[in-house]
Amino acid sequence: MSVRVLRPGLFTTIQDSGRWGYQHVGVPVAGSMDTVSHRLANAIVGNEASAATLEITLVGPELQCDRPTLFAVTGAEFNVRLDGAAVAANTSYLARAGQVIRFGRRWSGVRGYLAVEGGFDVPSVLGSRSTHVVSRMGGVKGRALRTGDSIDVAMSTGRAVVEGTRRTSIFQMPTNGIRVRAIVGPHAEIFGPVRLRAFERTRYRVAPESDRMGYRLKGERFSLSDDLNVISSAVPIGSVQIPPDGLPIVLMADHQTTGGYPRIATVISADLPLVGQLKASDWIEFELCSPSEAVRALIRQERALMTANG
Amino acid sequence: MALIDGWTLSRVGDATLVVECEQRIDPDLNACILQVAHAVRQRVRPGVLDVVESYCAVTVHFDPLKTDTTAVALDLEVEVAHAQVVVDESQSFGRRLTVPVCYGGRHGPDLEAMAAFAACSEAEVIARHSGEVYRVYMLGFLPGFPYMGVVPPKLAMPRRLTPRLNVPIGSVGVAGQQTGVYPLTAPGGWQLIGRTPLLPFDLRRSDPFLFRGADMVQFEPVGPERFDELAVD
Repeated sequence: MSVRVLRPGLFTTIQDSGRWGYQHVGVPVAGSMDTVSHRLANAIVGNEASAATLEITLVGPELQCDRPTLFAVTGAEFNVRLDGAAVAANTSYLARAGQVIRFGRRWSGVRGYLAVEGGFDVPSVLGSRSTHVVSRMGGVKGRALRTGDSIDVAMSTGRAVVEGTRRTSIFQMPTNGIRVRAIVGPHAEIFGPVRLRAFERTRYRVAPESDRMGYRLKGERFSLSDDLNVISSAVPIGSVQIPPDGLPIVLMADHQTTGGYPRIATVISADLPLVGQLKASDWIEFELCSPSEAVRALIRQERALMTANG
Repeated sequence: MALIDGWTLSRVGDATLVVECEQRIDPDLNACILQVAHAVRQRVRPGVLDVVESYCAVTVHFDPLKTDTTAVALDLEVEVAHAQVVVDESQSFGRRLTVPVCYGGRHGPDLEAMAAFAACSEAEVIARHSGEVYRVYMLGFLPGFPYMGVVPPKLAMPRRLTPRLNVPIGSVGVAGQQTGVYPLTAPGGWQLIGRTPLLPFDLRRSDPFLFRGADMVQFEPVGPERFDELAVD
């Protein structure tokens, strides 16, 4: 059973929950940028949360199924059609053999997720199917989809799922900006209270060079002394690092495992999926919060994921 | 012998715990760091996703909803305390690797600039760079990329102001006191002085990673013909 790529879209990759366990040998984690929408898509078609889905970026693909295939689309809102018929978000549909799933106009958000029952079955590399384009690893030959690719679909694990299963969205897709929560540090002392206040008051814009490695932001530049010496160490996803040009970068799924720039704050886990739905020129603001607040927000999100049956 | 004098344990974001020691690049301190990271990795805890060692820190990435963070914090504290009094020699000595490098020419486009920086001949740069035995302090940046040191002060040239978009696989670079080998063709800002035909990262091998923390590496100058021979194998 497989899905054939008639048109690849702008940048469509296979992603799962990431290639964990190899950061100490320099392997980036990758995985879906909007982990919530990725998991929701899998839940709707009865997959494990970690099954591989397609991550669709800004312009979606055109796909043909060779066998009856149960699928669902979540995340960024696209006008999706199955042959002629409209496909609603967050709902399971059965594509019959030969039918075409076509992504059209996008309304909000950036990244859509398409899950098929059973999950996409590309070879697992170091324990994950996620595509990391920079290291040409995972997915289909370590790259974004191309016209003519054929992607295998794994056999369903047997959980009975029917057409028309519908779930509610966990969060609203950003249309032109968001406010996210972040925890101060680890290098707060380098920045000091004045710069931290400025960080919280600034409305940044997403620069066009942003990608799965990181969101580059435009706005007021930080002026830091040149002799700052932070010895390279491991950096987590969500780190807001300040390189020498003074403009923040929010590290995302494909980020390098280590870094040596000062970091002012770290976006909380619960808000990272929202950041992954920002596009160039969208605004972003940061609001500092405590670690316990961050964990509470994550618990609320997890409960919503578990009970989102519509 | 207490090698770790001062250290702090802190939470970074909501999904990472970090033990940081004095900010210095020191082989004995790094040996302790590797020992702590190894020991914490062995204590498999539910929710722990990655344990990453670097020059002078150990970082634990975890799932905040599945991890007993108090237990992981305690693991780190216990292992650091242990490393302060007992240095396991078997952990602190890595393998000895010899890495053939073709210096200069098309394989090392920045060799000439480095000779100018060091105010010496290209031959002297090669002799000095290959005359040291380098310790692999950590891996990062790209899969299998080794951060090695310490480069002789005379050769410690800073990164290029404008990174290259395509650094060829196997390129040997210098960035300040650090030297490294590119495991993939990728963008990069290090000064490229040579290239090895060995593959630092190769998924076809049973162990895809040529370098590991604590390995001791010496570069062996080879000519372009030898490079081509080895690259074919």
